Amino acid sequence: MTKSSRRFNIDRDVAPWTGASRPYDIAKEVAICFLVIGLLTVGLSVLFSSPDDPAVTLKQWAVSTPIDFATTAATELDGTGGTAGYGPPYNTAADGPKVLGISPAKIAGVHIPVDAAKDFVLSPVAALPENPVASQAIATYEAASVAQRQSWAANYDAAVTASTASTSGGKVIVVPGDYGPVSTIVDQLVAMAQSGALDTTMLTQQRFFSTDFTKPLLFISDGSFLANKAAIDHLQGDQWGMMNETGSWPGQAWLWLYTMWYQVPGLSTSDNADLQVFLIIIGLTLLLAFLPFIPGLRSIPRWTRVYKVIWKDHYRNT
Amino acid sequence: MTTATDKNWTRSLRKAGEAAFPPERLLPDSQPSYVASWIYVFGALTMAALGVVTATGLVLAVMGPTWWHHSSTGHFINSMHLWSVELFFFAMVVHLWGKFFMAAWRGNRTLTWITGVVSFVVSIGTAFTGYLSQTNFDSQWIATQAKDGINSTGGGAVFNVLNFGQMLMWHITLLPIGVGAIVVFHVLLVRRRGVVPPFDLSPVKEEVAQ
Repeated sequence: MTKSSRRFNIDRDVAPWTGASRPYDIAKEVAICFLVIGLLTVGLSVLFSSPDDPAVTLKQWAVSTPIDFATTAATELDGTGGTAGYGPPYNTAADGPKVLGISPAKIAGVHIPVDAAKDFVLSPVAALPENPVASQAIATYEAASVAQRQSWAANYDAAVTASTASTSGGKVIVVPGDYGPVSTIVDQLVAMAQSGALDTTMLTQQRFFSTDFTKPLLFISDGSFLANKAAIDHLQGDQWGMMNETGSWPGQAWLWLYTMWYQVPGLSTSDNADLQVFLIIIGLTLLLAFLPFIPGLRSIPRWTRVYKVIWKDHYRNT
Repeated sequence: MTTATDKNWTRSLRKAGEAAFPPERLLPDSQPSYVASWIYVFGALTMAALGVVTATGLVLAVMGPTWWHHSSTGHFINSMHLWSVELFFFAMVVHLWGKFFMAAWRGNRTLTWITGVVSFVVSIGTAFTGYLSQTNFDSQWIATQAKDGINSTGGGAVFNVLNFGQMLMWHITLLPIGVGAIVVFHVLLVRRRGVVPPFDLSPVKEEVAQ
């Protein structure tokens, strides 16, 4: 055997085909396929249409569940909210998921700066026009020390999540406590959101034309309203939600393998699951792509003998 | 004379193209006799579905990303876009499994297999950004959940799934160009190498040139 040749490997090589040919019309095949797919597409569209649940607004959230809205605002102020404690690419509050002690998110750094307290709560309330109560509360809050602000926000956070919290006419009621201006700020934000003004304000924080919904989406996803609605539509991560769709329509079924890993014990509760699952999928994709080079794996088609069904006419005639 | 021919890039390119893809190979009217199974249809069905996906996507692009929310015609076109995507992935996955069980990488067809896998992966990315571009609750939810996966890789720094404008541009320009390019390359490789023959079950001893 020379350096430029190797032994025939049945899982990599083929003998040159010297057998018979049969007539074939590629143009007709493609045309018929277009017709079949076109008819199926129209038929399925007529029969089943497609889902379109309207987007959730901050107004809907604040009107439907004002306590959840107020709680989320409080957690953004005391730093325990989802975005406030997220880490890269939004802030430095955390490192992000790690594998082998390495956090790719931290290495990439903060590229979409988000100050949850300022962007979601303080700036919108400060922007309320001709509202001396809101202006005074913001001024008092900003004049206080960081420790004092934290104490007020944490006290209010505890009060609004307690069973004693209630609502009256859409306003959130908590037991009296040492909240400083935080209760006023949150009340103003709730009222602003209920009027619909917060939806507009959070977008125009950027500029007149904007197609970037990062901040309102982060804020709304920090609360429970969006997640509760998603749970009804079986869209949560632990409901195989990645491959589901609202209603009973088929979703991204091709993501079944990706979402499956989130159901596996150990990964389903891991703080680093997002990175771990991503790396597993990258690994499996590379295995699939380079399968022709992997001894054992590339022999599976021969071992399973499914090819005998595919080429049954050929093997019957030879 | 030969030297002059070799120095002409255009002529060399044309000759290489003609040698690699003679017309009867690009548009064949005969196939080896073993190409006789319904499984072979799924490659063409995938291509046809991609055509319908592209056509309906073009209509949605012409009318704008929120048109389909307030137009019954738009909603129907959106439904066609959704169902053609579902059919596209169904046909593609069946095609992929079929090729796997044929060990279709054999006989110098490794690159054909790899480009097929890559087109599957890029198609998933294209569909994903489509779901993010729906401008409804579904896109809100998918964006807020997917951000954690993307951000964990560090990719969130440049690929922000919460940025609707960025995702729409990826969905209607960058990724379709990627899918189109890789699919064309894949199909050309199929035409170049032909359809993989069945396993030759008789003992074979010969050597294979590297």
